[in-house]
Amino acid sequence: MAMLLNEEQGMLKDAAKGYLKTSAPISQLRKLRDSESADGFDRKSWKDMAEMGWASVLVPEEHGGVAMGHVAAGVIAEEMGRTLTASPFLATAIMGATALSRFGTEAQKADFLPRLAAGEFLTALAVDETHKHNPSTVTTTAQRSGNGFKLDGRKSFVAEGHVADMLIVSARTAGADGEPDGITLFLVPREAAGVSVERASMIDSRNSAAITLAGVQVDADAVLGEVDGGYTALEAVLDAGRAGLAAEMSGSAQECLVQTLGYLRERKQFGEIIGTYQALQHRAAHLYTEIELGKSIVLKALQTLDMAPDHAAMMVSAAKSKLGQIAQLSAREAIQMHGGIGMTDEYDIGFFIKRVRVAEALYGDANYHTDKFARLRKY
Amino acid sequence: MPDLETFRAETRAWLEANCPDEMRRPMKGESDAVWGGRKAVFELEAQKTWLDRMAAKGWTVPEWPVAYGGGGLSKAEAKVLREEMGRIKARSPLLSFGIWMLGPALLKYGNEDQKLEHLPKIARGEIRWAQGYSEPNAGSDLAALMTKCEDKGDHYLVNGQKIWTSYADQADWIFVLVRTDFAAKKHEGISFILVDMDQAGVTTKPIKLISGNSPFCETFFDDARAEKKNLVGELNKGWTIAKYLLTHEREMIGGTGAGSGAMRPMGDVAIQQVGLNEHGQLADPVLRTDVARAEIDGLAFLSTLERVTEEAKSGQGVGANSSMLKYYGTELNKRRLELMMDGSGHDGLEWDGDGDVARHWLRTKANSIEGGTSEVQLNIISKRILDLPSA
Repeated sequence: MAMLLNEEQGMLKDAAKGYLKTSAPISQLRKLRDSESADGFDRKSWKDMAEMGWASVLVPEEHGGVAMGHVAAGVIAEEMGRTLTASPFLATAIMGATALSRFGTEAQKADFLPRLAAGEFLTALAVDETHKHNPSTVTTTAQRSGNGFKLDGRKSFVAEGHVADMLIVSARTAGADGEPDGITLFLVPREAAGVSVERASMIDSRNSAAITLAGVQVDADAVLGEVDGGYTALEAVLDAGRAGLAAEMSGSAQECLVQTLGYLRERKQFGEIIGTYQALQHRAAHLYTEIELGKSIVLKALQTLDMAPDHAAMMVSAAKSKLGQIAQLSAREAIQMHGGIGMTDEYDIGFFIKRVRVAEALYGDANYHTDKFARLRKY
Repeated sequence: MPDLETFRAETRAWLEANCPDEMRRPMKGESDAVWGGRKAVFELEAQKTWLDRMAAKGWTVPEWPVAYGGGGLSKAEAKVLREEMGRIKARSPLLSFGIWMLGPALLKYGNEDQKLEHLPKIARGEIRWAQGYSEPNAGSDLAALMTKCEDKGDHYLVNGQKIWTSYADQADWIFVLVRTDFAAKKHEGISFILVDMDQAGVTTKPIKLISGNSPFCETFFDDARAEKKNLVGELNKGWTIAKYLLTHEREMIGGTGAGSGAMRPMGDVAIQQVGLNEHGQLADPVLRTDVARAEIDGLAFLSTLERVTEEAKSGQGVGANSSMLKYYGTELNKRRLELMMDGSGHDGLEWDGDGDVARHWLRTKANSIEGGTSEVQLNIISKRILDLPSA
């Protein structure tokens, strides 16, 4: 497959770039932060995005979606990474849509996907329980009870957890802690009795929550995928999210470089434009090279998700690992090359280092994915 | 694309019938490669058979026009050929600076007579070319070169010295950057000329490197003659050709960097070297991390090679991005050989140890020097891609 965007994806990129730059730029995130927004994202912007088809980018056409695939979803995520736009796109349009459209029953799809596609229904994946990502560590339990299951446990670092209409929860129905077998995914309404949500204040000013499940009763039809066999689906949903995050981090890394180059071309010290100094030129050129590599591995991972989703794990881990490193490098270099002004809250560049630190940690940091890559390579 | 599928089927059948078995095994080293030329020595009959058969199809240079000894294939067809060769692990029939460097320059800047004279001989592996670029006092500052070329009416007379001329002792002809105007600014007095090395005025002397091998030579020109028809492009306009050719050289050096096809994946090498522990992980945990990171970077690099080649307008090179590929590919290759040395332990420290890893490791240190140092590539990226100002 050609390592290029097709015409449709190229048009989407231009449209996304244009919209985000004018209607959801970094100043929007700053405003959300400073006003201590209860939602943590701009509902008007999300409605616009849904109308442009972004919420339904991975929803099949028969359920009201545009079904453009992961490369297209990545194009949007990348552009959002440039503007640091806070939105439910990753949690709902990438991960929620992947979970429901690939693993939902016909009834679940018919019930949820049209509303999700319209931007009226938000989801959040509740997976992590420990201080670092480890999806097979599941102590949250789901015990058979009545017509369904009773869930007990605690989840943390749940992106968009406090605004989601429905939580996708991993819980143990069999097996021991740390085993992939015996994990089941459940669709749990956030308003269900026994669910309590505690919003966390994160460094990136984006949404994250801790969720406690205390005797939450769900029916049997709340199971997503197979009982005891949910891990495969969980990994697939995570991989879609990881690739989306890698694309977002690619956008952030590119934007940091663009802004830094702008500064290098105009800032003067010692009577010279500082961009004439080789010490800075070489750092910028190295960063450019890393960012170009990042763009390529992200595209490769997204294409693999579209072409061979069951064989994408290795490429996705490569992309998440690489972009976690590149985006952090770019954000760090941006501050250093901006000098003192880069340390000020007033200047936008500091928003990037905070977001990419969170995006890097979400669903496995560079260390996690380097290790996973090695395991998949059988060494 | 039914036509392409037909081409694939035909190509596959032809390769099956014509690629000798011995040519479907990995090369053992540089000495196992076929470089052609008047002095060519074929260690195996199969090497010659394979070269002759591929040359007859024009497939040593698949995308060159048929009139110049090429296969006349489209970009897409050439990709199919590469894929089908990769499928049966077929060796490249001919390694050649003529193919990688001079050919593209002649196709772009040569006149019709020059193309007809030189390109078919390159394609068939009859003439082996060397590159006369660097001089003792013109390394990174290549345009400071001083090899003198005088117009003697019916011929040119060349005097001076080149250095780091790869395999010049085995080459037949050399393309040389010479100074034809000493009064002009340094980039504007340079010409690009082709010199037959089969004359008393051209001598070569191999340089022994830290690896103990001598892939490079010094090449001396003492009243060497070049025919007038062998000036490529216009007089004093050679720098443009020199730069164009360098971008091809950089793509080539960069491209060989990151474990392209022929090389065994680093992880597999490391498993063999240090073994797996009871958890099925490399017994050296730090090496395991380093190898995984380098493999990920290798994947990202190969994807980039693919992407920038496809993004380049058809028929054009990747331009200044060749500097990015050269920079990253060579630095990655150096890392790869450092890791192989790490993994091979005490055995790797012996001369001529298993797999020649020490010599190979030492050789890679030149990767980020030859064809323009990493620092020069970063300068080019800064100026030509990032548009940062010059001092």
